[in-house]
Amino acid sequence: MATAPSSTYSAITLNINGEKYPLSVDHRTTLLDALRERLDLTGTKKGCDQGQCGACTVLLDGRRAVACLQLAVAAEGREITTIEGMAEGEQLHPVQQAFLDLDGYQCGYCTPGQICSAVAVIEEHAAGWPSAVTDDVRPEAGPPPLTADEIRERMSGNLCRCGAYVSIVQAVARAAATRTESAQDTESTETTETTETAA
Amino acid sequence: MREFGYQRAHDVSGAVALLGADPDARFLGGGTNLVDLMKTGVERPARLVDVRELPLGRIESTDDGGLRIGATVTNSDLAAHPEVRRRYPALTQAVLAGASGQLRNMATVGGNLLQRTRCGYFADVTKPCNKRVPGSGCPAIEGEHHNHAILGASGHCVATHPSDMGVALAAFDAVVSYETADGSGELPFAEFYLPVGDTPHLETALPPGALITGVTLPPAPVAARSRYRKVRERASYAFAIGSIAAALDVRDGVVREVRLAFGAVASRPWRARTAELALTGAPADAETFAAAADAELAAAEPLPHNGYKVTLMRNLVVAELTRLAEEAAR
Repeated sequence: MATAPSSTYSAITLNINGEKYPLSVDHRTTLLDALRERLDLTGTKKGCDQGQCGACTVLLDGRRAVACLQLAVAAEGREITTIEGMAEGEQLHPVQQAFLDLDGYQCGYCTPGQICSAVAVIEEHAAGWPSAVTDDVRPEAGPPPLTADEIRERMSGNLCRCGAYVSIVQAVARAAATRTESAQDTESTETTETTETAA
Repeated sequence: MREFGYQRAHDVSGAVALLGADPDARFLGGGTNLVDLMKTGVERPARLVDVRELPLGRIESTDDGGLRIGATVTNSDLAAHPEVRRRYPALTQAVLAGASGQLRNMATVGGNLLQRTRCGYFADVTKPCNKRVPGSGCPAIEGEHHNHAILGASGHCVATHPSDMGVALAAFDAVVSYETADGSGELPFAEFYLPVGDTPHLETALPPGALITGVTLPPAPVAARSRYRKVRERASYAFAIGSIAAALDVRDGVVREVRLAFGAVASRPWRARTAELALTGAPADAETFAAAADAELAAAEPLPHNGYKVTLMRNLVVAELTRLAEEAAR
């Protein structure tokens, strides 16, 4: 990206859901506005536009972030995942399916952000990250069980004005359990394959 | 928002050179505070120098048993690091108590130290504010100040520093490293933030154009038994109305070593050295803890609507030291 210091716009390429999107941006453009207004990726929602509600949550290099405080020009070179990139074809992401099955929403406006956040919460927990409600954060204490309190704290950056929190917590818990089960299934499948190979 | 230039720096000297001595240029880290302030017009930089990709993203043990934390380490990575959790658990707890998961993934250690107050008058460009426009006045003193400072404030500004992380860094004697065009330098945490006085717009002792490159925590065995507790007006995702970082080493019922720092009570993370002095060598009981808190808070100058903070901080000192003493006795 060759940019003269005096220039207030840049030609950039954004990598979103595995696709490259070249565009010229005024440096003031947030990633949120670039997604919605320039690239027609309107799944990411604008709520407060000041980093307080989480409606615009996307994943940057696999980690959740609010797109409203992320300048588009500064997102060049990063892997951006939006709600549009969660499903695999017609196959919904397990977190999307859990929100559907357990009614983890009412009006649906905060839902894309809730789902992107929840996907990352489940990965953060699987990686052993403690939270503000984890009593003992020392690594020796091991990862905390993903209780309702842990889910509420970890999801506290996503507000829901309809107040669908009870169902959201249940949906995140079910999706996390599904992930754990499938991880165990994979392990046992691998074990079986190894055994078969050995046999 | 004012139009601005954007450049991405790839090494420290390049970042410092790009910023130059331009008072209209700013380093951009995670942007969680700066971009927000640019939207509201509080910050109007002509140029941003993006430092997120600088090679300052590591946490390493120092030879003497401390930790060196790079300036672009994110809050999330700092909180999750095994050695931080093991040696300075109150630092992990403090970082996790701040903001949301999304913001912690974006925010950097360097930016956290330089974030601005959340005083509503500072954030509102239609109001006077000595911190934003020197000499314009401080409406908070006569106005909305229920979450403003009780310690170290002045008649010019009663804003608080919003950082949770900084409270733990204050307790653990962190040292801030920086780079300028003239070379590198260090500032002990106790000297990093300037007293308010009549210059509330001057917040740190960093030289003009300096880039924070990292924070070093000296070895502190006492920190292995430490806690951070934050009180706020809702259960999560809110700034503190009072917080405390505490570390305690008790032997035979006597305080051998103690660290105490307060958050949300002053223009900077407040190291409670008067209380520490009163506690060291004294019996580790609730009476001593309360007396030490009172000694520290004797300097408090509450405003009409934030006197509750004096009681709150006293209670926090007693509660957290009592809990740490009980843990030590187990």
